[in-house]
Amino acid sequence: MNIFRYSSPQTFYPLAGRMAPWFGVAAALCALAGLYLAFFAAPTDAVQGEVYRIIFIHVPAAWMSMFIYVVMAFWSAIGLGLGTRLSFYMTQALAPTGALFCFIALWTGALWGRPTWGAYWVWDARLTSQLLLQFLYFGFIGLTRSIEDPRRADRAGAIIALVGVVNVPIIYFSVKWWNTLHQGASVSMTKAPSMATTMLLGMLILAFAAWFYSLAVTLSRVRSIILERERHTDWAQSEIAEKGAAL
Amino acid sequence: MKTRHKRFILIGVVLALLAGAAALVLNTFSDNIVFFQTPSEVATGKVPQGRTFRLGGMVVAGSLVREADGLSSRFAITDTAKIVPVRFTGALPDLFKEGKGAVAQGKLGPDGVFVATEVLAKHDENYMPPEAKDAVDRAHATAKTLK
Repeated sequence: MNIFRYSSPQTFYPLAGRMAPWFGVAAALCALAGLYLAFFAAPTDAVQGEVYRIIFIHVPAAWMSMFIYVVMAFWSAIGLGLGTRLSFYMTQALAPTGALFCFIALWTGALWGRPTWGAYWVWDARLTSQLLLQFLYFGFIGLTRSIEDPRRADRAGAIIALVGVVNVPIIYFSVKWWNTLHQGASVSMTKAPSMATTMLLGMLILAFAAWFYSLAVTLSRVRSIILERERHTDWAQSEIAEKGAAL
Repeated sequence: MKTRHKRFILIGVVLALLAGAAALVLNTFSDNIVFFQTPSEVATGKVPQGRTFRLGGMVVAGSLVREADGLSSRFAITDTAKIVPVRFTGALPDLFKEGKGAVAQGKLGPDGVFVATEVLAKHDENYMPPEAKDAVDRAHATAKTLK
């Protein structure tokens, strides 16, 4: 089987439709298990008390917001290099989910910051670069939606995605490169996690839930984008007619 | 060379240039990007007197004194090399503790005392249940007595 067969919107459309529900189910299962661990099984933190439980939402959301932007940049590079339409559709399908996770990360961070640091917001390098990521997401969505010609919108969005990806390593390493109020990473590739096992397990399962949710939502969204953009083709016409009849 | 190879190389080169430009800019402004100055930087005179800045480090164990008025407090911040005494009037955050990280915003007085207008607690990346923390504290205490 040649996987490049699925680089055509027409063949990818039914594949995405078959995969999305499974990822949705996986996301729901992981979310249930993870939330149980996070709010019932995990112990109270010795220093912060119960407020630390915000990290179970905050950390997976922050990871996802950075990762989705990297994936957007990847598809943009493929799209600009090979001129494949589906790559641009994927980039645009990913953006709202990335923006949502970025929003969640910023707000949960603020709600955690007030009781622990004593301030909702400070302009340290980590917080400021994450806010910039939020603006990059909004900028991408705004720009691609405001350009009339879809091919030009694709390319303009791809350029924002590629230029903005420089910000992602800055967010990630900001706590190492400069002294910040935000603490360093509790979980990283280079050292053993500095968390109790149940806490870590809950956080990782919720990170998987975020992954599966993103996959499910993005695949569903890319199906809508495919139909909208391919509406001049016969197969999309008949698919749209079928959907219309089912309503 | 195929056109699409050229395009990928172009994308790669432009990204590398952008990353390089970002690195240069961030490197140049690194003094302004840091959230706080350390006591050692204050000692070397890197921070001008009379200007507002943030001072960060560990709260020296045993240095916290709460004044009789119930609002003012005195403590000292260290980076293990130098110590700067701090005076603050206001409510300290709940997680403010001796031996833990803190960031104070204010001005350095001519007497070398840092007069803070705002104090934030800096949390570390360790998360553990109270029982584990007790065990760690006991282990540290034992290690100290053995020395």
